[in-house]
Amino acid sequence: MWSTLSSIFPYAIAYTIPLLITALGGLYSERSGVTNLGLEGLMLVGYFACAITIRLLQDTMAHSVWLLTLGLVASVVAGALFSVLHAFASINLQADQVISGTAINMLAGALTVYLARLISGSGNVRIRMGIIRKNIPFLSKIPIIGPLLFTQTYWTTWVVLAIWALSWLLLYKTSFGLRLRACGEHPSAVASAGVNVHRMRYFGVVMSGALAGLGGGVILITYSGEFHGTVAGLGFLSIAALIFGQWKPLGILGATFFFGSATTIANVSQVIPSLSVVPPVIFKIFPYVATLAALVLFSKKSAAPKASGQPF
Amino acid sequence: MNYVIEMLNIRKEFPGIVANDDITLQVREGEIHAILGENGAGKSTLMSILFGLYHADKGTIKVRGHEVHIHNPNDANDLGIGMVHQHFQLVQNFTVTENIILGKEGSFFLDRKSASKRIAALSAQYGLNIDPDMVIEDISVGMQQRVEILKMLYRDANILIFDEPTAVLTPQEIEDLIQIMRNLVNEGKSIILITHKLAEIKEVADRCTVIRRGKLIGVVDVADTSVATMASMMVGRPVSFKVDKKAAQPGRVILEVHDLNVLNNKRLLGVKNFSLTVRAGEIVGIAGVDGNGQSELIEAITGLRNIESGSVIIEGNDITHADVRRRNEMGIGHIPEDRQKRGLVMPARVFENVAIKEYYHPPFSKRGILDADYLAEYAQTVVERFDVRSGEGIYSLAGKLSGGNQQKLIVAREITGTSELLIAVQPTRGLDVGAIEYIHSQLVAHRDKGYAVLLVSFELDEIFNLSDRIAVMFSGELVNVVKTGETNEDEVGLMMAGITGKEAGR
Amino acid sequence: MKKTKYRSQSGNAFLVAVSAVILGLIGGAVLMAAIGSNPFMGFYYLFRGGLMNIERIGNTLATATTLMLVGLSVAFAFKTGLFNIGASGQMLIGGLCATLVAHKVFLPRPLFLVVLVASALIGGALWGVIPGFLKARFNVHEVVATIMMNWIAYWSIYYFVPAYLKGPSLETESASIAISQSLRAPWLTKLFNGSYINYGFFIAIVCVIIIRFVLDKTTLGFGLKAVGSNRWCAEYAGIKVNRNVVISMMIAGGLAGLAGLTFYTGYSRNMQIGVMPAQGFDGIAVALLGASNPLGVLFSSLFFGILQSGKGFMNAMTSVPPEIADSIIAVIIYFTATSVLFQRFWDRIARRRGSRRADQREEE
Repeated sequence: MWSTLSSIFPYAIAYTIPLLITALGGLYSERSGVTNLGLEGLMLVGYFACAITIRLLQDTMAHSVWLLTLGLVASVVAGALFSVLHAFASINLQADQVISGTAINMLAGALTVYLARLISGSGNVRIRMGIIRKNIPFLSKIPIIGPLLFTQTYWTTWVVLAIWALSWLLLYKTSFGLRLRACGEHPSAVASAGVNVHRMRYFGVVMSGALAGLGGGVILITYSGEFHGTVAGLGFLSIAALIFGQWKPLGILGATFFFGSATTIANVSQVIPSLSVVPPVIFKIFPYVATLAALVLFSKKSAAPKASGQPF
Repeated sequence: MNYVIEMLNIRKEFPGIVANDDITLQVREGEIHAILGENGAGKSTLMSILFGLYHADKGTIKVRGHEVHIHNPNDANDLGIGMVHQHFQLVQNFTVTENIILGKEGSFFLDRKSASKRIAALSAQYGLNIDPDMVIEDISVGMQQRVEILKMLYRDANILIFDEPTAVLTPQEIEDLIQIMRNLVNEGKSIILITHKLAEIKEVADRCTVIRRGKLIGVVDVADTSVATMASMMVGRPVSFKVDKKAAQPGRVILEVHDLNVLNNKRLLGVKNFSLTVRAGEIVGIAGVDGNGQSELIEAITGLRNIESGSVIIEGNDITHADVRRRNEMGIGHIPEDRQKRGLVMPARVFENVAIKEYYHPPFSKRGILDADYLAEYAQTVVERFDVRSGEGIYSLAGKLSGGNQQKLIVAREITGTSELLIAVQPTRGLDVGAIEYIHSQLVAHRDKGYAVLLVSFELDEIFNLSDRIAVMFSGELVNVVKTGETNEDEVGLMMAGITGKEAGR
Repeated sequence: MKKTKYRSQSGNAFLVAVSAVILGLIGGAVLMAAIGSNPFMGFYYLFRGGLMNIERIGNTLATATTLMLVGLSVAFAFKTGLFNIGASGQMLIGGLCATLVAHKVFLPRPLFLVVLVASALIGGALWGVIPGFLKARFNVHEVVATIMMNWIAYWSIYYFVPAYLKGPSLETESASIAISQSLRAPWLTKLFNGSYINYGFFIAIVCVIIIRFVLDKTTLGFGLKAVGSNRWCAEYAGIKVNRNVVISMMIAGGLAGLAGLTFYTGYSRNMQIGVMPAQGFDGIAVALLGASNPLGVLFSSLFFGILQSGKGFMNAMTSVPPEIADSIIAVIIYFTATSVLFQRFWDRIARRRGSRRADQREEE
């Protein structure tokens, strides 16, 4: 039992991290007052950009942290740039944010496969090698939490957690964060305090693009290894995690870990004797049913930012 | 004569309307200067220009004799100009401190502690009585307003603009505010007061600039000018405030409310053991400051909110658990507090809005199919009888009508729908004097036809003008019910603050 | 009684749609040029691919059929203030029910068709009612809920089909149904020279007519639209908001279920697992371009049908990847969302004229 747990735990973390960083991106956007349903498309754009970059460079550059980092940088930049479409439509044109976000998803889905076909002939882009998992010296020897948290880790996990921690600091301990959060609650109060609401909201949306893009890139170089045209609903799962986590950094950490674990159990269920008696379909649909149940519990008393989704 | 603020020949145009047409405003140092005008006259626009929220198309602004350009609220703040808005600009789930320092935090990393200290000191200096660590949604409306004042003082404002500050206060809180304004002037500040309330201008202002339909009408010394004169300057014709009405002839009981208990949005009791009777042929007015349970009471009577205990009876029928449609069918008409949210479907057309409560039964429809001709005919009749004006007649989009016409449309719909009991909540909010007079006369006419009218208003004048009996509500409870003729505004004002007859006598 | 017809509102929507389409096509041209292809040749083959001969027209109509029904589903939900992204899942479940009936139920043809259609309708309606209920009762955001339902349907099909409906050859698709058990009709197929066209097209047209009638002329439609435009006023007027939300999602789900019927037992005659039907998302584009208006949906589904149907031919004759069609559609949607720019322009013109008139009346 224990060996099962300690061997699947790192997988659970690996599945959680892209969700976490994408949900964090969604947090920035919603807290600034812009609903962003385009996280799925933004993750996809990052996924694609990372794959292309590594694929194009992997023949000339030796496999190293630098190669992979360049890929991640590409995914961040691609996500950020793509999100400007949504920002412009929602903030400057005051378009319906739900439709604009959906348009982003559709655009991303179409364009990435279109471009992938040009580069590789099929819609898939494969990279030679991703991150090699490592045990962290010393820490992995700590009883109990050592094997769970510090063995077989990807270095991107620590990068993402660092971003998460810094975001918490930024949002709750700085004046910038105060203003950003106020934009999602009462934008006219912010405007009459002399702060440019549109600029803050641009920041929120572009951050969501950058972080969701990073999420896509992380998927590629950790457990996927190949761009294949879809992120299988992870972007929407992040939105659900955002609601489940009540728009708070600590909340989304818990929510995304829950979903990451559920997905992991689904994927490994066939291999583990004690679990393989259950029909595989149950495991596959469990994350989605669990999400629905979580939404039922957490949607009534919504702590959503009050002005989210309303143009200003 | 040194003017601290001069706005000279200001012009501001919006699509289709000139909000400010060559207006000049001159405020002396250390005075309380009122700007008087009806709703929609252009007062708020003028002050928004001063505060940097809008830019004037033409004209100049001078502060202490120097010409300035105010591009945004920061510029206004730097010049020492601050504004207390009519609709508070406060983030509900932030603390007092966080709201006050927003935009003026002083450093990248927040220092809530020292800010709170400074705020507490300011609060003590001006007698504002605020706890900096409380969350806005937990404090009273009067306190929220004082937080807005603190915001200005924290930014070292010397010229303070108050936009309709007394709309949400009890008579006692109004007295407190007037005292605070006098304190501020004693400490060297200048105050600009935007209002349409003549009594308050008389009590506290030195001079008054009157604006009508975007144009400057005149500047008067308040002490030398009568209320009647100021009123006729504001409206453009002699104004009588009394509604012409005969004595009431109350008949049978229409509405009975027995020991009603209703929860509010915070899951606390918003209405407590409330009982009331309204008869045919009378107008009962519920007086009280906004937020004392009136909304919850009306929602409970109309079926928009659940009742915890107690009962509501219409003409002998217990409707406590009936749904909204059933109550509509029993003859309850409702002119809602928020015409844009509850009263009308803005993207729908006038004729659709007129039929919204009746569309599902004959003659508006038959067996599920709408009768388009009847809908048009009915709407046309209603719109003509009540003189509702719109660009494309009954096919206009409701959202394109002016505020006054939107409200007239709702009144028309409810009165034509034969309401045994007509409930009117803040029926004249935000309307100009002409529309106000019209709606008041319609309500009295409805009463004279033998129906019952339940009026909820936060303006004491309106309550006294229209009601035959006044029920005062405080903190969810019925304080007292009195005949209008047997009481006065001071007495009712005390009741609105929760002080009943016996305590007032001390 | 004289009735003045108010045109400019729908006139605006039409202009907006046309401008979005033009911009979308320009976007497509840019993409084609970016890879070195001649945009004119690209579009020439794209449209020829959809319309060149009677067989291709038949295929276009068959493609448009599914898009029309999904478009109606999404448009209907929009009118009621709901965003139905769950059409894919509703299609899958509706299609599954129809496929089961096609395999197991043998009745005289007219009766069989009725049962077939009813099964898809009920399956889709059920899949739509669940998120509708969750929204009404628990305030669960329908976008996330319907996406979850999509994936639950996806995986359910993934395991159910190989287990119970397996064909003789492949693991990844169900057994084919006989033509007599499908929506295909020999006379229709012959008329269109062997294309995929099937009775689904007529079902779709009938649905357009019915939905238009319901929305414009019935009390049900009136109530649903009121809830969609302002649920607070609807509640105040005595309309049961929650019930209408559920009914709306039920109807929307049913329409998407019919789309599944036409796709899985009409256009094709089996179900493939591991594929999330793209029409579920294209239908959103159809509804948006058609301004959520049943007639608009009809025309935009035909337009998208041409694009989807012709992209294969275009890809064969030029080197342009078939994803160009999805890209063009996506760009059209982006411009539809940002169409507010055009709307405001027209509104301002209308307001200037209207307010001058109103001012004159006020001063009388």
